[in-house]
Formats: sequence, structure tokens, C-alpha cells
Amino acid sequence: MSECTETVTEIEEYDIESEIAENDNIFYKIKNMIRTNKVAAISGLLIIFIIIVAIFAPVFAPHDPYAIDLLSRLKGPSAEHLLGTDELGRDVLSRIIYGSRVSLFVGLVPTLLSMIIGTVLGLISGYFGGKIDFVIMRLADVVLAFPSLLLAMVIMYTLGASTFNLFIALTIINWAGTARVVRSQAMSLKEKEFIEAAKSIGVKDSVIMFKHLLPNCLPSLIVLFTTNIPGAILSEANLSFLGVGAQPPEASWGLMVNNGKKFLFTNPIVALAPGIAILIIVLTFNFLGDGLRDAIDPYMKE
Amino acid sequence: MAKYFFKRILIAVPVLIGVAFITFMMLNVVPGDPITVMMREHVKPDVIENLRKTMHLDDPAIIRFLRFLGDALRGNFGISYKLSRPVTDLIVQAFPVTIKLASTAAIISWIIGIPIGIISAIRQSTIIDQMFMGFALFGVSMPVFLIGLLGQYTFSYKLGWLPVSGFESWKQLVMPALVLGWNSAGTIARLTRSNLLEAMKNDYIRTARAKGLKETGVVVGHALKNSLLPVITIMAIQIASLLSGSVITESIFGIPGIGRLSVDAIQGRDMPLLQGSVVFATALIIFGNICADMLYSLVDPRIRVE
Amino acid sequence: MSEMSNEQFLLKINNIKTHFFTKRGIVPAVDGVTIEIPYGKIIGIVGESGCGKSVTSLSVLGLLQRPGKTVEGSIEFNGRNLLQLNKAQMRKLRGNEISMIFQEPMTSLNPVYTVGKQVSEAITIHENISKEEAKSKVIEIFKNVGIPEAEKRFNAYPHQLSGGLRQRVMIGMAMSCSPKLLIADEPTTALDVTIEAQILHLMRELRDKNHTSIMMITHNLGVVAEICDYVYVMYAGKVMEQTDINELFEKPCHPYTEGLMRSIPRIHSKNTRLYSIKGVVPNLLKLPKGCRFSPRCDKATKKCFTQEPELYKIDNNHSVRCFLYENGVR
Repeated sequence: MSECTETVTEIEEYDIESEIAENDNIFYKIKNMIRTNKVAAISGLLIIFIIIVAIFAPVFAPHDPYAIDLLSRLKGPSAEHLLGTDELGRDVLSRIIYGSRVSLFVGLVPTLLSMIIGTVLGLISGYFGGKIDFVIMRLADVVLAFPSLLLAMVIMYTLGASTFNLFIALTIINWAGTARVVRSQAMSLKEKEFIEAAKSIGVKDSVIMFKHLLPNCLPSLIVLFTTNIPGAILSEANLSFLGVGAQPPEASWGLMVNNGKKFLFTNPIVALAPGIAILIIVLTFNFLGDGLRDAIDPYMKE
Repeated sequence: MAKYFFKRILIAVPVLIGVAFITFMMLNVVPGDPITVMMREHVKPDVIENLRKTMHLDDPAIIRFLRFLGDALRGNFGISYKLSRPVTDLIVQAFPVTIKLASTAAIISWIIGIPIGIISAIRQSTIIDQMFMGFALFGVSMPVFLIGLLGQYTFSYKLGWLPVSGFESWKQLVMPALVLGWNSAGTIARLTRSNLLEAMKNDYIRTARAKGLKETGVVVGHALKNSLLPVITIMAIQIASLLSGSVITESIFGIPGIGRLSVDAIQGRDMPLLQGSVVFATALIIFGNICADMLYSLVDPRIRVE
Repeated sequence: MSEMSNEQFLLKINNIKTHFFTKRGIVPAVDGVTIEIPYGKIIGIVGESGCGKSVTSLSVLGLLQRPGKTVEGSIEFNGRNLLQLNKAQMRKLRGNEISMIFQEPMTSLNPVYTVGKQVSEAITIHENISKEEAKSKVIEIFKNVGIPEAEKRFNAYPHQLSGGLRQRVMIGMAMSCSPKLLIADEPTTALDVTIEAQILHLMRELRDKNHTSIMMITHNLGVVAEICDYVYVMYAGKVMEQTDINELFEKPCHPYTEGLMRSIPRIHSKNTRLYSIKGVVPNLLKLPKGCRFSPRCDKATKKCFTQEPELYKIDNNHSVRCFLYENGVR
């Protein structure tokens, strides 16, 4: 149950005076999270493991993920093929190992790009206000009004289905959320004395935005980054599953599920194994993101 | 209050026009002539030339957009390239199907999600809370197609309880709605919990305790009503995620709704159909948001009584 | 005061220790506090925020939430030790025999219910009466606490009332079951000065009429002067000085109390600068050795930094926790 506010504020007052320096440090908070939040710590380890597997995929994969062997199509699990083979006789485990590259890339790169764009636009919007703010925010409203999957589908229709175009689509659909968060933080920060002071001595706007406002938004951005990654991974999976994302013979998990669903009743592992791989990677990122949010920025709204 | 809603709707109009504009521009700069899509390669050049004229394909993009907007306002989204039927007819046919699926899924997500969120909040930081929240995160993290395929494999193939696909009988509604609802339930549970915990921090909770009210009375009578107010806002957000989810669900279960329509449109490169269904679905979300706002202000006395 | 016999006290808080078990360590928010409240008197508890005055009051009502817990001492109310009651017994007392009003009348009322409903609830929890009876009783109470147009206000939501009216509603709610003890936690801090005087007047009136004892928690010595009979001055979880009201203003003894007195703005003062006690309230996790006020004290001696003073009695009704009074007199 939650505490009575009265008592809590009293306790907090003592803490704030003496331990502000310790508390403000992000690394301290993350270290503290690793110590106290086991689930998040284990998720972090798992993510590191997945990243290592993705980088050294050729080492970990028992077979060539693209090697077609029509003589051993849709074979069940065996010592040779731990997760069996798909409809073209390719080793499912090897394809899953290589597929982690697509998921991680799609989780990290477009998320990072969209956050850079969103942060810059959010800072401009929040710092300058006025007309430019109006334009950027109405654009964000429009992007956020779309159901994200449908907007991504429209973009993929225009650009054509490919992994590279997926990056572009995911970047376009995700910048607006970041822009809104950064804008609201920039707006409240620019009223603070230290910004007023910097302005009054003639510090350049760009310097204020990137040297003074940005560092203060950083904790939220770190949290936002980890919580956006699973969304991007799921979007890629959904688009590839619908056939408008990654294209054959690419080893993308969503695409593998799409190909495997035809054999769901005869050979379920071909469709379900990559699906479960998606579940695991998304779940670990979500656990880590939740842990980071609780540790760094507990007041951030979902 | 009427003034507030007038303003609210006034803001929604440009957003909707923006949505239509972006959709139209993106779909109309696509390389690959729609006529080739319609007729394949076996057409004489002069026939193409004629068609280009009748379809106004040579006009500037902005003129074509304004024409599209004008037509759309009159309920005309053009003719589907592939099916040769008015897009509006196709949408009107598919719309009730999607609504039936999405609303059943929404109700399922509330039935599962809200109680889980409440119990977790009351038992904060206990084993029960951690289990429920782990479960909710599991639901949030699961791709819709994986739940769908697992459902088909277990309930249709192994157990034979429910049909694999289709949308004629209630039996065919059960699994897709559960699949879509399960995905949403996790979000609802997490948000209900965090709202309730937020509400429990309020001073009036302490007042209620100081009156001598039982803890259940405090939670149900005082915290819950305040924390369910934001849940209404969440339901509005839910419309968008349910629509995205129904694209996948409908394509797995072969349900003839809006989502399936847009997937078919993409695969058949049927531009007017895709354009129509996307603009329509987004309009639906914007409308849903306004409705949620209205509902919110009807329930919250701070706004209602003003 | 301690000369009086036990029967005269409605509430005897006896050497209680309330601790908060936080991740960084145990916070002794209340560290051995003894407070006695006689029937029909108004007792002030004064101190800066964080001195443990609110925690003491919440300990009495059993409203402490985790991680706070009263670990030692006893709280005798009408002859029963409250710390030994179970949850259901405690609930029966709360709002009925002991009630409480809080600092912020806006946030202390639930915004989604009418004030009438909220006060009726306080009655129906403890009395078995019908809705209509409760309603007429609430309207009666509203009239008693000086709410104009009481019938109309019954159906008002908190945001429709002014701060003063809201606090009157809170007082009405607290008085609805004619409690023996009313705990008021900074009841006027959020109000204008004129409204403050009205509310204090109302509380004194209620005390005179119903013979209710009032535990008045405040940081405002003006409020104390206005209404209290006897005062406890608290600092960092301990009582530093206790005396009756006249003595407090005539002869404040503890350096901390003196500091508080000097920091009251006075119209006729020649000094233009307002006095303020140097330093800040100590971190309860890292309490100074010796007297906990010593780092901020002008009169501290070597002894003060090494040994903890006890509460020394200097008069029948006056005790001070300071080595200056170790031998009774100044």
C-alpha cells in the first residue's frame, strides 16, 4: 500500500539535503537498480548475451541459414537440426540465430534515429515556442493520430518492402512521441533560473538547447530509448509477418513465422520457434525498460 | 462545456486533413502507374492515355488531393483497382466486422486487465503483485500473431474446440477476440495499477482512513473512482492499438474487416482501397478520442459542474 | 502538569519511538516522546517540518503506513493502550472518538464526491442511521461550523467551495461523531490570515461546547498564542521544552525555543532583519552526537557535543531538555 504523503514528505526532506549529489547521478541509479532489481539485471544480461550471439552468429549457428536442402524439408527436431528444418530444408535454429541480427538492428537503429529527430524537434519546439512549435506539434499530432501499423504499411507501400525501408518507416512513425516528451521537459526547464541566466548573458540558443536543456532531458531519454526498442521490434515483426517488411530469403523472425504458418498443424515448430524468440527479446527489453524507469524516472507517465 | 467540445472538434478537423494529406501524398508519389496495376501489360498506349485523362492522373498533386478530399467528404473514396467496386462500399461492409471484433476484444481486456490491476495495486510489492505484473508484461510483449497461432494450434487443431478461421458464427468470434483482448489486457492492467497507486497517495485517502473506513472501503469507495477516470482516456488510446492489432488478427483468422482490407490492398497494390481504409480507420480513432473526452467530462464533477 | 493525577488525562503518549525502516537505514522520526493531553484542553505541538510532530499524531491514530512503525512505548487513550488494539478496534475509534483534520482542505477532500456525502459517510460508518437522518445531521453540523446555506452546500463538490469553507467542512466531518480528541495538523496553514482567525475561533468554540480535547500541530507560534493552553516544542524527534502558554512567551528557556520566538516577525521591533536559526534540521539518519540541537545552538558548550541532555524540570509545569537547566534553575 502507498504511504501517507505527510510522513513521506518529512522523510524525503532529510534525504534531499544530504544525498542529492549521490542521487542525481544516473550511473549511481543504474548501479542501484542492478543491485535491487534482479529481474531487470537478469534481463540486461540476457540482452548482452543476445547481442553477442547476433555479432558472432556464424560461430554460434550450426548451419548456413540460407543453405537450401530440398531433400530434408520440414524435418522435426533432431541432433543434426535442433529445431528442425523449414519448407526449403534450411536449419531453423541457424535462421533464428541470424534473425537476432535483424531484430536487434531494427530495435536499435530506427529507435535511435527517431529519438535523435524527436529530440531535436522537441527541443526546438519547446525552447522557441510560437509558430515553429505550432507547426512541429501539429505534425506530431497527425503522425500520432494514425494507427502506427497502418502508417508503417502505407510507408512500406510507397517505398517498397525491404529491410532498409523498414528502418525508414519505423523512424518516421516513432519520432513524434519523443518530440512530445522532450518538448514538455524543455518548456518547463526554460523557465528555470539557470536558463534565464544563460540567456541574459547572451549564450547562443543552440548552445542553451544542447548544452543546458539536453543533459537535463537525458534521464527521460534513456528510459524512453529502452521502452521504445520493444515497440520497434514488434513493429518489424508485424510488418514482416504481413509480408510488407523483410523479404525472402532474409532470416527475419516475423517473416519466418509468416512462412511457417502454412505448416502450423503439421510442423508447428517452424512457425512457433521464431515467434517465441520475438517474445523473449521483447520481454527482456520490457523488463529492463521498466526497471530503468523505476530507477531513473519514476514519475514518467506510460 | 459545449464550447470546449466545439474547440475540441475544431482541432480534430485539421489533424484529419493532415492525415488525409500525408496518406494521399505518400500513396500518389509511388512509382508504378496504377493503370499498369489495373490492366497488367497488355494494353494499348492510347487506352492508357485515355484512362490517364479520365482519372486526372496528369493534374498537379495538390489539385488531385483537393479533389480527393472533396470526394471523400461526400463519402466517395474512389473505385478499388482490384475489386472494381467503390471503396466506400467495401469499407461499409468491413466496418461492422472490425467493430464487433475490436469491441469484444476491448471488453475482454477490461474484464481481465482492470481486476488484475486493482489486485496488484492493493497488494503492492507482494508476490501476487509481482506475478500479476510479470503476467501483464508477458501479455504486452507477446506478438499478436504468436498468440493467434498458438490459439489456432491448441484450440482448433489439438482440442478441436473452436474453428480455425472465418467470422460467421459466435464460435468464430471467440478466439480472435481473445487473442486481440489478451494483448490489450496487459496494458490495461499496468495502467490501472499505476493509476490506483497514484490515487492512493492522495490526501483524501488519509482522510477516508481517519474516518475509520475499512481498507477495502478506502480503495473501492475513494481511490478507485478517481483512478478509473484516467482509464477512460486509456480506452481511447486503446482504440488505436486495437485497430493495429486487428490488422494482424484479421489476416490470421481470415476475418473480412478493415484490417484485412488494408492488407489485401497492400498485397494487391490497390491504392484507393489502402488510402480509403487508412483514412477511415484514423478518422475512427480521432472520433473515438473525442468521445472519450466527452465521457470523461461527464464522469468527472470537476469538469461537469463548471 | 505532571503533578496532575492520571485520571485527568484523556491521552497519555508515553515514551513512544516511531521509526521508518527505509532502504538507507532506520529513521527515528519520533524518538522517545511523552505527551499528555488533559480533558478539554488544547495542547500545542510546535516545531519545524520534519521534527516528528505529524508522525506523532499519525502514530496516535494508527495511520502510519509502511515503512513506518511505532516500536516502543504506549499510547493510553481513556485508559486503553492504543498500540495493543487490533485493526477493527482501531477503526472503531478513528473518526468516532479520535478524529483528525489536515493541513490542505482541498486535497484532503475527495474531488469526485459531494462534501455532504463525505461527511455523511463519516457518520454512517460509526452510527447506524438512515441516509435521511444522516443528511439532516450533516446539515445541522454544517450550520454549527458556520457554513452558510448549509442545505445548498450539502450537494456541492469540494472545488466549488472556498478554502475556508472546505476547512469548515473538514472540521464538521471531524466533529460529526463528537470525538473526545481532535487532532488538528496545521489546520490553518493553507488559509488566509482572516480565515485562520475564524477557524481558530470556531475550534475554541467547539472545545468549550463539547469539552473536546484538541492536539494542535503547528509550526506557527501565532496560532499557539491564539488557542493553546499548554505547549510541547519538538526538535528532530524529541520534545525540547514543555510549558504552559504564558510561560512560553514570557520565559522561553531552551535556545531552540528562544530562536523560534525571535524568528516571529514583530511590528514594533527595532531590528529590521528577522532572526533565523542558523543551519538546517539534521538528517535523522546521521544525527549529531550529544544534543541534537548543538550544531545550531549559540550557547552550546563542550558537553553539549558529547552528551545527550535529559528533560530537566525547572518548574511545576515547565521542563527543558538543555544542560543549562541541569540544576533546575537558570
